[in-house]
Amino acid sequence: MIPSNRSASHSLRRISAAQPALAPLASSGKKFARSFQSRVPAVASVPPRARSLVQPTTVFPARALATTSSGSLSNSASRKPHFDKILIANRGEIACRVIRTAKKLGIKTVAVYSEVDVHALHVLEADEAYCIGPATSSESYLRMDKIIDVCHRSGAQAVHPGYGFLSENAKFAERLAEEGIVFIGPPSSAIVSMGSKSESKNIMLAAGVPCVPGYHGTDQDPQLLFKEAEKIGFPVLIKAIHGGGGKGMRTVHSPADFQEALESAQREARKSFGNDDVLVEKYIIRPRHVEVQVFADTLGGVVSLWERDCSVQRRNQKIIEEAPAPGLTPELRADLSTKAIAAAKAVNYVGAGTVEFIFDNDTQKFYFMEMNTRLQVEHPVTEMVTGLDLVEWQLEVAAGNPLPLLQSSIPLVGHAFEARIYAENPRNNFLPDSGPLLYLSTPTPTHVFAPALPPLTPPVASADVLTSLVPSRETSASVSPSLRLEQGFAQGSQIGVFYDPMIAKLVAHGRDRTEALRMLRKGLEEYKVVGVSTNVEFLRTLAGNDAFIAGEVETGFIPKHFDELFPPVSDPSPELLAQAALFVALREHPDRSSSISTPWTSLSSRRFGGDVYERVITLQKDEASAEPVTVHIKSTSPGQFDVVVQTTESNATYSSVPARLISSTTLSTTLDAVSLETTIVSQPPPPAVPASLSTNSMERLHVFSGGQKTTLVLPSPKWLLSLGGDVLSASKGALKAPMPSLVVEVRVAVGDKVEKGQAVVVLESMKTETVLRADTAGVVKAVGCKKGEMVEEGRELVDIEEDV
Amino acid sequence: MLRALRRATRSSLVSARRGRAYHASVLPSLVSPASPEFREKADAMDALVSDLEAKMSHARLGGGPKAAERMRSKGKKLPRERLALLLDPHTPFLELSSLAAHDVYPGEFIPGAGIITGIGRISGRECMVVVNDATVKGGSYYPLTVKKHLRAQEIAREHGLPCVYVVESGGAALPHQANVFPDKEHFGRIFYNMAQMSALGIPQIAMVHGISVAGGAYVPAMADENIIVREQGRIFLAGPPLVKAATGEVVDEETLGGGQMHSAESGVTDHLARDDEHAIAIARGVVGDLGAAGGTAGLPSATPEDPLYPASELHGIVGTDSRQAFDMRDVIARVVDGSRFREFKKEYGPTMITGFAHVHGYEVGIIANNGILFSPSALKATHFIQLCSQRQIPLLFLVNVTGYMVGSKAERGGIAKDGAKMVRAVACADVPKLTVIVGGSFGAGNYGMAGRAYSPRFLWMWPNAKVSVMGSGQLSQVMTTVSKDPGQHSSLKDAIEAQSTALYSTARLWDDGIIKPTDTRDVVGLGLALAARERPGARGHGNAGSTTWDGSNRGFGVFRM
Repeated sequence: MIPSNRSASHSLRRISAAQPALAPLASSGKKFARSFQSRVPAVASVPPRARSLVQPTTVFPARALATTSSGSLSNSASRKPHFDKILIANRGEIACRVIRTAKKLGIKTVAVYSEVDVHALHVLEADEAYCIGPATSSESYLRMDKIIDVCHRSGAQAVHPGYGFLSENAKFAERLAEEGIVFIGPPSSAIVSMGSKSESKNIMLAAGVPCVPGYHGTDQDPQLLFKEAEKIGFPVLIKAIHGGGGKGMRTVHSPADFQEALESAQREARKSFGNDDVLVEKYIIRPRHVEVQVFADTLGGVVSLWERDCSVQRRNQKIIEEAPAPGLTPELRADLSTKAIAAAKAVNYVGAGTVEFIFDNDTQKFYFMEMNTRLQVEHPVTEMVTGLDLVEWQLEVAAGNPLPLLQSSIPLVGHAFEARIYAENPRNNFLPDSGPLLYLSTPTPTHVFAPALPPLTPPVASADVLTSLVPSRETSASVSPSLRLEQGFAQGSQIGVFYDPMIAKLVAHGRDRTEALRMLRKGLEEYKVVGVSTNVEFLRTLAGNDAFIAGEVETGFIPKHFDELFPPVSDPSPELLAQAALFVALREHPDRSSSISTPWTSLSSRRFGGDVYERVITLQKDEASAEPVTVHIKSTSPGQFDVVVQTTESNATYSSVPARLISSTTLSTTLDAVSLETTIVSQPPPPAVPASLSTNSMERLHVFSGGQKTTLVLPSPKWLLSLGGDVLSASKGALKAPMPSLVVEVRVAVGDKVEKGQAVVVLESMKTETVLRADTAGVVKAVGCKKGEMVEEGRELVDIEEDV
Repeated sequence: MLRALRRATRSSLVSARRGRAYHASVLPSLVSPASPEFREKADAMDALVSDLEAKMSHARLGGGPKAAERMRSKGKKLPRERLALLLDPHTPFLELSSLAAHDVYPGEFIPGAGIITGIGRISGRECMVVVNDATVKGGSYYPLTVKKHLRAQEIAREHGLPCVYVVESGGAALPHQANVFPDKEHFGRIFYNMAQMSALGIPQIAMVHGISVAGGAYVPAMADENIIVREQGRIFLAGPPLVKAATGEVVDEETLGGGQMHSAESGVTDHLARDDEHAIAIARGVVGDLGAAGGTAGLPSATPEDPLYPASELHGIVGTDSRQAFDMRDVIARVVDGSRFREFKKEYGPTMITGFAHVHGYEVGIIANNGILFSPSALKATHFIQLCSQRQIPLLFLVNVTGYMVGSKAERGGIAKDGAKMVRAVACADVPKLTVIVGGSFGAGNYGMAGRAYSPRFLWMWPNAKVSVMGSGQLSQVMTTVSKDPGQHSSLKDAIEAQSTALYSTARLWDDGIIKPTDTRDVVGLGLALAARERPGARGHGNAGSTTWDGSNRGFGVFRM
């Protein structure tokens, strides 16, 4: 479908039509006008280029007004003031992100936090912070009453909800309104409309926004279903209404196969769900997730800040997003924006919103999926290509001001990516992980906010230009590559135990897609985390994947390219093992920090009569069954070593290797004439965990080399295993929490008789349930937890007295 | 306290002094390494050093691969592996007399006399470590084994070094019992020393890795704190065969003296280890908890500096022919910090060199030979020893002495009287003495230059060094005069020649080991660092210099309860 320019200009004309009527409202806050005011009077007389020289860092207000030659916005010279103080009802990176813009604008910030977040970054960065309850979200970040109470106590005039938590809670928006507090987001009615799938679909169809064609009727006559399928157009998807898990679901590619597929789907549905009602929907073979960032003000203005592509997903969650979507024609881009604006207008939207479309890669058609009534996680990519600060826009709109820019002035420059760094295990079906950030080293960002774009040439003042949905700039010559890091956690923070396991977002911007990807890859290589498994390496592989580089994105990207994205894990190279062993050896060198020391410390490793000091270090892969590797390190002369790496297959020898520790985590060495500087982080085992063959009880070494993290362990000596074994057998019967988790169910009580292997306690940690079973038959002596309780790692949950 | 204060003042003086005129004391280097003479000497010394290294590396292998394999098969660590694990990683180890018993017992190869001794760091503290080498005759004590063990204890006592005994020994070597058991400096002295050191506040730690029987049983039993390896270490006064013979009781070794029994029932041992490695880990913990009894390292008074000239040139400077003269200043220039040597009485008695220098930052007074000793040389040395004694500066003797001058002129000049002054000064000097025999050490010169009999804290020899009552040339002439049988003196000459070598000396523990010339600086530095230690038990000035237990009112050591 070729988008029609007519519909685009039509919707925008409506914006400008609406503005004059609302102009008096906009001018009412004259005496509070701040930074904008000083620039506004100049609009009439000073050419835009000169103005931009005066204010080179913040270009959009001037630009916005410069383009408003029609006069419709000229009365808004007296803008409403921003709030003096806002509350951020969120945590993590988004809370920090909002605080940053607020600080830029001189707005005071109030943070709320749960008991476990007392040392969190957002608490540190805010001007004030209030504890609102225990860790569990439902008792803290989701407690509207407490947040409202903090608003009153602190005098915050508005609440920024971030994303997640209460951000799309219509009731919260309502309650705030009742209390006279501004909700920085859409009106509750818009949240309600968009919150319901069926309602939103109807609204969209009425507004002319395409939805996925389908038949959802109760009439299940096969002939009718077939006719509907033909209407929809093959391929179609037959789906059991009560279905799930892929059961009762069939894809039909040609009309000839329809009847058979229908019968089989119905049969399966009957068997599985006792109901054979089905629906028929358009089946999209290669779908993409394309969404449009829209912004609306209280005056009826709506603009599109162009689209993002978030196709590459895992577990139905985005991990990498980009703007603009690759491979779209300008016409298609304009059409997407037109439909998105129509969608926003249909619900009288206000603030930042995202209209999500499913995009058919084969037909280039797109269909409305849903609208997210909040600032999205991936908003920074839009910021990068537009040079805007979306949080600032939100505050602007929430204060009752018109949108700072007209559609025609919104740039689209270069290409941006965002990679979401999660605590998860990509090789284990991306299962979330949780734990402390024992070590965190990040690339140095070049920018804190999106770098402002150079001023635009003033467009010709015609209605056409004003309302054009063709981006006002698609040139890339003037931007230099930039890197942004959005993070909410510092080293030492706990990730994923109580809340979302996202650690940070890395945002790269370049003149074009390949440049942005290059920046992203480099940034990811420099992002080093120890303590939790992360997807950093996976993201790095993804950002270097040929198909991804070629822009062949689709929602099925990861399964389709699985083999390339998950190459077999190779054994650690001898070079890596040599470095790890040198690290272990060197960190134990006597401390020579003071200039005056006895030769008993300064003459390290010194032997006499031709004797050479040799250190043998045993390493193994982070698996209990892995074969240990021995590395012999001879101290030939000060700072020089002969290294022999002995694996089961071969020996690698490196002679006269210079090596030293630059810092406690950086080893500098030269192996085979290659100079290397490698980050190696030691993770000591939890001290109270008895030694066992499990690598969890051993010291881990995380070696960051060539963009890859390799984890090795220093195997425990036999005697330690023997001692640990005693402790373990002495504590047999005692079941301890293997990780911080929520007690879902306690299945025994004191005095119960249990069999070996019987389920005793069910825990949940990061959406994964763990069943703890009795390791011995006996009688329950004590129960140390109750249902619904959060328990820390190592807590004794149940003690079973062994039958003798 | 006082000493520390004194040291602080001293170090500030040193820096002030260095700023001004100290550069005048930098020794020049006048050697020409390219000269054929130098090359020839260097080649000869190179050969001697390679031979030494070969012998030492052979000795380090202990009783050989078969014995090693036997130990390994029992899950044991080899003696040197135990030692390596016991010491702090990447710290120096100053091994003593590694060629002891070399070629001494006919038909028997007893490398290192079956025992490894040396000073190393454990948990940040310098300790004397004594390791029985069970690969050598089951770790049994030959006469020289006893001597080496006793010498290690003597050094430990003089320096206040905690002793760690790594025990696996069948006790006295029975065929040699007459030379092992009865005398004052024999087996019993080991336990006497342990008791005395314990009483002096010098900790005695024992780890039992294997059999520790009869007399050997007293090493752990006399220790202040000990460790035994489960199902491996055994302590009993008599083994099962002797028990059966004596009382008719039939009992196995583990029941009779195993770790479990001794740790849980008899109380003979304090810690029960799972294996060798565990025992070592426990021992490292024990040493870490020695508190004030562990002694304190003495820091140097100045920042250490390397010499200006390479130590490798020592080979070509000294050579191996004791009759070829060399200037000892060239040796000093390659040993001391910054090659700086503030010479004392340079122009007087020039065959004796005296002066002050630093080695690894430690102040030292050097007495070195540059020819035969005349009366003025002896007087100069005596003067200098008094200076160092007064200033509490340790003495380093660099020895290359043929003896005191003979002849009527010398005798009329009172050489015997002046030599005696020097000998008296050396004997009574109230400072630690270190001796390095660089060339020859003949006749009375050996006494004056702090030979073994003058109890230097350490005495090391270079591989070319010679020690005998007189040089073989003179000896020949003397023999011609006093004996009528030319055959006899030629064989005596050969015998004395052979008996004067460094290898012969070190095999019999007349020294603390042969060192490579290039190791001299580091070895001496380590020795000076030990001499600078604050010794446990040395409370108050009265006992500070005492090297015998003479009733310090500290009562007994630690009784095993």
